[in-house]
Amino acid sequence: MATGKDRLNGSENAQTGTWEVKIGMAEQLKGGVIMDVVTAEQARIAEDAGACAVMALERVPSDIRKDGGVARMSDPTKIIEIQEAVTIPVMAKCRIGHFVEAQVLQALGIDYIDESEVLTPADEAHHVWKHDFTVPFVCGCRDLGEALRRISEGAAMIRTKGEAGTGDIVEAVRHNRTVQGGIRKIMNMSEDELPTEAKNLGAPLELVQAVKRQGRMPVVNFSAGGVATPADAALMMQLGSDGVFVGSGIFKSSNPPLMAKAIVEAVTHYQDAKIIAEVSRGLGDAMPGLSVREMKEEELLATRGW
Amino acid sequence: MLTVGVVAVQGDFAKHVALLKKLNVSTREVRLPKDLEGLDAIIMPGGESTTFRHLFDLYGLAEPIAALASSGVPIWGTCAGMIMMASELEDHRPEPLGLMDVTVSRNAYGRQVDSFVIDINFPILGAEPFHTVFIRAPAATRIGPDVQVLGSLPDGTPVALRQGNLLVTSFHPELTRDTRFHQYFLSLIEQSTPANSP
Repeated sequence: MATGKDRLNGSENAQTGTWEVKIGMAEQLKGGVIMDVVTAEQARIAEDAGACAVMALERVPSDIRKDGGVARMSDPTKIIEIQEAVTIPVMAKCRIGHFVEAQVLQALGIDYIDESEVLTPADEAHHVWKHDFTVPFVCGCRDLGEALRRISEGAAMIRTKGEAGTGDIVEAVRHNRTVQGGIRKIMNMSEDELPTEAKNLGAPLELVQAVKRQGRMPVVNFSAGGVATPADAALMMQLGSDGVFVGSGIFKSSNPPLMAKAIVEAVTHYQDAKIIAEVSRGLGDAMPGLSVREMKEEELLATRGW
Repeated sequence: MLTVGVVAVQGDFAKHVALLKKLNVSTREVRLPKDLEGLDAIIMPGGESTTFRHLFDLYGLAEPIAALASSGVPIWGTCAGMIMMASELEDHRPEPLGLMDVTVSRNAYGRQVDSFVIDINFPILGAEPFHTVFIRAPAATRIGPDVQVLGSLPDGTPVALRQGNLLVTSFHPELTRDTRFHQYFLSLIEQSTPANSP
């Protein structure tokens, strides 16, 4: 395949892996649904249903949760099989802080890396220094400070964590509202109050200033972790999310092609309750849920990362 | 006042809307056929062309957009929008709208790690080069006789094409702060026949 460089005859003027192409790629995903898939067949179902990207995994989060043990980056064979099955972007997950898994995913030509709390963290003190990579990264957050710390490390896209593999939307809503509330608070502050807010958030001042200037998260911000129905997806969009990740919610439902299609439509038409009502009809069973309230603290994935 | 519709079924429509607002143009997000009523021009943004086609089919957007194109309403496709406007695609998937006489290859430069930026000169924009952002970009592999090349990469690959009221760019002017390409597109409204104006 011709790379940008080949096509440009080595033109010195052209640059790959810039911040612009990283955040620009995330803009292309906006208003869309990114679906977890574990086989080439699932990837094709996702693409046919209108997914704007797929996340190539060995196991969806609900199975990772059930199986326990150490969850790592997927086998490259699996990832390549999925890359060959579809033309939409293919994402994959590396463990928090595991920069060699990230290097491997970049070498495989993955379109976006998710440095994810769904896998078992490899480093309990540091995240991957993402500025060193050509491939862009998306990272999870529970609040604005965590999001801005990830952006300062080079994340070009953010997703609120929610609680993956549960089908319970409550944590996704909590994290989304916390982030949006954090943004609104900054919007109401004067410039001279921002340094203290930056200190309190544990985030760089220049990113706090960027939030005030732009009136939003400085990069594209999706929701993840618990979306199981079209109404869940539209809820996250109405709360201010730029798009949604759906993990176990599609391929653990009783009719994945129908559920996938319905969630895509609900995200595009998130403000149109009539359309959401229409697409929600006759979908069969949503994924079996796991109430986060009944879970023990150590079972929560969202508390991984800092 | 002019109203430009930005197709918003998925993709980077918000960046187009923001740039048009800077130019004091009123905008409307297009998700359903009724959103197309009375528009002076339409932009199809970047995003995923398979997602676009799927939602166009489900909500009946393809035919009314094609009808507006043939009535002379200016339409501009950036990246995935360019794919949608092509008459033919190299990999025959998804089915394009067939508005402009070009054949387009999707992801022609490779995957996201191959996405790039480069400064290019466009005679229509004056002497100052334009900073172009290519993201998993398409390329035109065949250009019809009535299609005009507005600018090319150093290797000669055309990246901006015009056929009458139709404009396509394989890069993303909406991801920069430079409004010149949007201004050029708006100038096509004045040149177009007032078929869709009241």
